[in-house]
Amino acid sequence: MMFDRLRIILGIIAFLVIALAPFWYGNLTGNIRSVPIIKPGTDAERCVENTLYMKSKHMDLLDNWKESVVRDGMRIHKTVEGRFYNKSLTGTCLGCHTNKAQFCDRCHDYTGVKPRCWDCHIELKDVLSSMNQP
Amino acid sequence: MKGDGKNEDCKGLNLDRRKFLKITGLSVAGLSFSSVFSFIPKGSFANQSKQKTSPSIRKWAMVINLAACAKRPNCSDCIDACNIVHNIPTLKTPKKEIKWIWKVPYVSAFPENIHLPVKNGLKGLPVMVLCNHCENPPCVKVCPTKATWKREDGIVMMDYHRCIGCRYCMAACPYGARSFNWFDPRLFLKTVYQDFPTRTKGVVEKCNFCEERVARGFLPACVEACKENAIVFGDLANADAEVSKILQERHCIVRKPHLGTEPKVFYII
Repeated sequence: MMFDRLRIILGIIAFLVIALAPFWYGNLTGNIRSVPIIKPGTDAERCVENTLYMKSKHMDLLDNWKESVVRDGMRIHKTVEGRFYNKSLTGTCLGCHTNKAQFCDRCHDYTGVKPRCWDCHIELKDVLSSMNQP
Repeated sequence: MKGDGKNEDCKGLNLDRRKFLKITGLSVAGLSFSSVFSFIPKGSFANQSKQKTSPSIRKWAMVINLAACAKRPNCSDCIDACNIVHNIPTLKTPKKEIKWIWKVPYVSAFPENIHLPVKNGLKGLPVMVLCNHCENPPCVKVCPTKATWKREDGIVMMDYHRCIGCRYCMAACPYGARSFNWFDPRLFLKTVYQDFPTRTKGVVEKCNFCEERVARGFLPACVEACKENAIVFGDLANADAEVSKILQERHCIVRKPHLGTEPKVFYII
């Protein structure tokens, strides 16, 4: 039984090298081309919540906004720090992240996510607007 | 107690008095312990927002003065204003068109009233009609996904995120106030109004009493657009509101009252 130790260890190493090829190849060559470069399109220091939270949980936040505005009529978001935002995808989110193609779409395309927000919500800026955001 | 007849019945339990009291005590302590932690919000975000729509509950209603409206027979300012701020597409085909507020002949609006005498030849003139935001909305009862529901302030709302386009509500509405999007409405929009979303193909839509404007303290777009001030919007729960006063002083009718839907769009005839 114990005579195969060397072979087994070599086998495991070979397996790991092959299985993790994408990672070490990318790291060695410094050539991770497929990861999208996201352009926030804004110089603002902070987003609605902190960047880490927004990166991983923005869909939850937006889902909550959608639900609370439409179902409960709660239109103002109070952040953890006590700042207030109008719960509006077009108004608030795109107000800073003006370029949807470079911000939203790049990452969604990369991860294969197809959000249906834009079927109804508007991304254009060249439109009539008279109502003030509170 | 040993050897007592009563003890025979409790054999299955196999507990003495001391043990029983201990277990009971622990159970009670356990129950109260769980309630100690009940102050922790469950599901944080979703529950925090479960508040009332407005601090004091209102009852939104609308009064349309037919005589004032009739002063400008060819006017469509209210319709145009509504169409713009709600991104309503222009589709001419009657079966495909989207309408939130539109004109119908008097006899179609008030079929049960045609035998009543009405002054100034109003019967020959068109009437502005829209969703009545019924107190007892039949559309809400039939919706299988709760995509349409009545808010506390009486506005019958649509949640386009939830609508599956089954059109039960269209069948249920006795006023024809609902329209189905057979096409992507963006293909038929001349201008896009940024502060309101469009709809998507396959959902039902209707007048929302300008809920998004009212929430910001604006009047509905049709009310604002009317040059004759023929449309009055206000809070029926407030006795001093103009709508309440009009309803007390003037003779008002509603559409199809015999159906018991209790519309909140009233007409001064």
